[in-house]
Amino acid sequence: MQNPYKAYPVRIDSIDVATEDKSLRTFTFVFLNPEDEQKFAYESGQFAELSIPGKGEIPIGIASSPTEKGFVRFTVFRTGLVTNHLHNMKVGDIMGVRGPLGHPYPLKDLEGKNIVIIGAGFAFTTLRSTIVYMLNPENRSRFGKIDVIYGARNPGMILYKDELTAWEQRDDINMHITVDGTDDPSWKYHTGFVPTITEKVAPQADDNTYAIMCGPPMMLKFTKPVLDKLGYKHENIILSLENRMKCGIGICGRCNIGKELICKDGPVFTLAQLKHMPEEDT
Amino acid sequence: MDAYITKIKAISERLLKDGTVEAVIGFREGTLPTMSEPCFIKRSDDVKDLVWNANCRINLANYLTNRKEKIAIVAKGCDSRNIVNHIIENKIKRDQLFIIGVPCKGMNDKDTGALQDNCATCTHRNPVIYDELAGDLVEEQTGVDKYADVKKVEAMTTDEKWAFFNNLYASCTRCYACRNACPLCYCPTCFVDESKPQWVGKGEDPIDVRTYHFLRAYHCAGRCTDCGSCEAACPQNIKVRQLTKKLEKDCAELFGWEAGLTLDKRPPLDTFSIDDPNDFIK
Amino acid sequence: MMKIINIDKQKWAGGVESLSKSYRLFGPVKDVDCHNFKELKQGEQPDLSYGNTKLSPKSVVFPPSEAMFTYSLDESNPEHHILKDVPKDYSPRAVLGMRPCDAKAVSLVRMNFDTPEYRDPYWMDAYEATTFVGLACENPCASCFCTSTGCGPYNEEGLDVLLVDNGNAYIAKALTEKGEKLLASGGFTDAGDASAVDAKKAAAEAKITAKIETDKLSEKVIMDLYDAPFWHDVAFACINCCTCTYACPTCWCFDIQDENKGCEGVRMRNWDSCMTPLFTMHGSGHNPRDKKHQRVRQRFMHKLKYFVDKYQKGIMCVGCGRCVQQCPVNLDIRTVSKTMNDYVAKS
Repeated sequence: MQNPYKAYPVRIDSIDVATEDKSLRTFTFVFLNPEDEQKFAYESGQFAELSIPGKGEIPIGIASSPTEKGFVRFTVFRTGLVTNHLHNMKVGDIMGVRGPLGHPYPLKDLEGKNIVIIGAGFAFTTLRSTIVYMLNPENRSRFGKIDVIYGARNPGMILYKDELTAWEQRDDINMHITVDGTDDPSWKYHTGFVPTITEKVAPQADDNTYAIMCGPPMMLKFTKPVLDKLGYKHENIILSLENRMKCGIGICGRCNIGKELICKDGPVFTLAQLKHMPEEDT
Repeated sequence: MDAYITKIKAISERLLKDGTVEAVIGFREGTLPTMSEPCFIKRSDDVKDLVWNANCRINLANYLTNRKEKIAIVAKGCDSRNIVNHIIENKIKRDQLFIIGVPCKGMNDKDTGALQDNCATCTHRNPVIYDELAGDLVEEQTGVDKYADVKKVEAMTTDEKWAFFNNLYASCTRCYACRNACPLCYCPTCFVDESKPQWVGKGEDPIDVRTYHFLRAYHCAGRCTDCGSCEAACPQNIKVRQLTKKLEKDCAELFGWEAGLTLDKRPPLDTFSIDDPNDFIK
Repeated sequence: MMKIINIDKQKWAGGVESLSKSYRLFGPVKDVDCHNFKELKQGEQPDLSYGNTKLSPKSVVFPPSEAMFTYSLDESNPEHHILKDVPKDYSPRAVLGMRPCDAKAVSLVRMNFDTPEYRDPYWMDAYEATTFVGLACENPCASCFCTSTGCGPYNEEGLDVLLVDNGNAYIAKALTEKGEKLLASGGFTDAGDASAVDAKKAAAEAKITAKIETDKLSEKVIMDLYDAPFWHDVAFACINCCTCTYACPTCWCFDIQDENKGCEGVRMRNWDSCMTPLFTMHGSGHNPRDKKHQRVRQRFMHKLKYFVDKYQKGIMCVGCGRCVQQCPVNLDIRTVSKTMNDYVAKS
C-alpha cells in the first residue's frame, strides 16, 4: 500500500495572478511521473495537500475538473507560511501534491437534479471544478437546470473571469454574478451581498433542486436562512467546510467538529448533518 | 490553616454578597490527597468549597491575566509578589482586585510531602500587598542561603556545567507545564509557537529543548519571584528553577533587586538607569 | 489453546539476554526519579519492580518525534524537493513488562491508525513488528481506575504474553502466536500452571477502589453535552499544558513539521496536543478553539463521547491514572466523566 503521507512530485507549469490585488494566484502543476496522474484520480469537491519540502503542507481545494487532463490546478490565497512561500515560487519549481483527499460533492447522486451553486470570495475553486465538470459535453445532459450565484468584494476580486464570461454566453447555465460594491460604472452584473442576491435569483425549492455552497463563514451564516425561506430542505443543501489540517487522512486528530473529521468524513456535508455537529467556535 | 480557611470563606462570602467583587479565585479540594484545585467562585453559596492547605502550590496570579471584572484573590507571599508584577505590567488593575492575603509557612512537594525547595529558602512568606489578611503575619526566615544550589553550578567547570544542563533537561517532553503555570508567561504567542519566523524546532532535539528553557528563563529575569509553580507543575520533576534562580541571584547582586516587592519601581531589565552596572562591557 | 509457561525468576535475566539476540527490547528503566520505557541497552535488564511509568509505552510504536521523509533543497541535486523515505528498523521488537492498561490502549489507538481507507505506515509497521509482553498489576496505584474502563490489572487485550508475578516465578500466558514465539526465543519452555492466577487477579482487582462513571455517556446527545453549562467551571484551573495528553496512552494526535539544516531537511511528525491553541489555528489567524474551555471540552468530549459514539468500544481511556497523577492543577477525568454522565439537558 502506498504511504499516504508521501506527496507526488510535481512541477509548477504555470502561475497566474487570479485577483487584482495579487492575493490569489492559480498554480497549474504537472506530475513528474505520468503514472501519478492516474493515481491522483479525483472528483470535484476534493482537496489535496500542497507539499513544499522545507516549508510544510497546506490543504487546498482542487480547482481543476476531472475532465481536464494533463495537469491539476489550485487557486491559493496568500496567508500563512506555506502559501507565502508558494506565491514566491517560479514556473519550473518542484514540489509535491498529496491526495486526492476528502469526499467530493455527491454529483453522482445529483444526476437529473437541478443544481444551484452558491459561492463567494476565493472559496469558488471547488465550485469552479464542479461547474466545469457538469458543463462538459459528456456530463451536461446528466444534470437539470444549473444556476450559479457567485459574489466577490469587488470586480477585481472575481476569480476565473474569462470562464465566467464564457459561461454567461451559454444557455445551459444561469449565471448570477455579484459584487459587494463597485464604483465601476460599466459593471453590468448584480451589486449586493450573496444572501440578498440568492433571495432574488435562486429558484424556488423543490425535492429536485439542490444547493451546493462554499464560502466564508459570514456568507454561509446569512445564506442558510435565505435558503430556509425559499424552502430548501437541509438534506438538499450541501456545504464544504475547512479547518486546520495536517495529515488530511483522518489520523492526526485536529480538524474534527464533534466526532466527524473534516478532512476524512468531510469536507462536504449536508446542512442536515451539520445540525448534529458542534460549530466549535462557541 | 483551619483558621485561615474560616477567615478566607468569611471574607469571600462577604465580598460576593455585598457585590464588592464578582468572583473569588482560590483553591477547592482536590481529588488526590496531595492536590488542591484552583477554582473560580461566583456565588456566595459556593464559598464553602474553598480550602487552604499545603497543597495550594500553584500561583494564582496566573489566573488574573487580562481579566476585566472586579475580583478577589487568595494570595500567599509569592502570589502577592506576582500580583505586583501583574499590576506593573498592566495585566490587571489594582482597583479591580481585592487581595485576601495569606501568610504562608510553605507548600509541600506533591510527591515527597516535604517542604518545597523554594519554600525552604523563602524570605517573603507574608503577602507584600493585600486588602485583608486571613491570619496573623508569620515570622520571615532569616539566615537562609537562597542560592546554595546556584553556587554549586557556578563553581563547576564548563564541561561539568554542560553535563549538568544536559542531564537536567533530558526528560523534558516540552509539555510546557512550566511555562503555562508561570504567571510571567502570558505572551499572546510564545516564541516557541511562532511560525513566521520559526525560532525553534518542535521536536525532541536537545538544542531546541534547551533553547526553550534558556530563553524562557531569560524572559523571566528580574520578574521571577521564585514561587516554584514551574517546578510544582513539571510532570517530569525537572528542577527548572535552576535557571531562574541564577538570574534571580544575578539581579540581586547586580541591581540589588528582588521582584514583586513594590508597585513603585519597574524591574531592572525593563528600565534604564545611569547607575546600571556595565562591567560586562570590556 | 493458550500455552502456560513457568519462568523461574532465576532464569529471567538470562532469558532476556537471549531475547536481545532476536528482538530490540524495550522495558521500564529508572531514570532520575521515575520509571519510563526505554530501549534496553546491551546487557540492560528491565526493572519489573516499577509501580507505573511516568509516560506510557506508546512511544515504542509512536515516538514523540519521528522522521517521515528527508529531502534536499539543493537545486543542483537532481532529486531536489522530492520526498525520500527514511530507512526504518522494523525488525522484531518487544516491550517487556508493560501494564495491561497500556496494552489495551494500544489496541484502542490502533483503530485510529489502521482504518479501512488508510493505513498509517509508521505506526502500523512498528506495531506489527512489536511483541507486547505485559506484566499483571499486583499493586495498583491509588489513582488507577482501570476496572471501570473495561480493562483491569490482569487484562489481556492487546497483549501477546501476560506475565503474572508469582513469587519466585512468573506465570507466563502466551496469548498469541507471536507471544509463543517470543517465549520460545527466550528459552522459556517449562510448562506452567495458571491455577493461582484467578485468585491473584481477584485480589488485584479488589485493590482498585477508584472508579470512573461512564454508563450513561453513550445515550447522551453530543450537542447536549457540548452545550452543557459546566465547561467553564471544569476548565478554569486548566493551564493548557500538554501533560495529560503526552502522558496518556490513548492520546495519538500529532503535528507534521519540516526541519531544515542548510540544504537538507527532514519532514517530522511530533506529538501534538489539543490543549494548545496552535493545534487548531487557521492560517488566517482564526481559531475555532481559541478559548481554554473549548480546548478542555474537546479533550474530554473526544475521550468520553466522540470516541464512544464513533467506535462503540467504550471510552478512550484505560484508567491508567497518569493524567490524574500528573495534572499540575488536579483536573480529574473521573470528576469530569461523572459530571458528563450525570448531566441531563434542560428541554
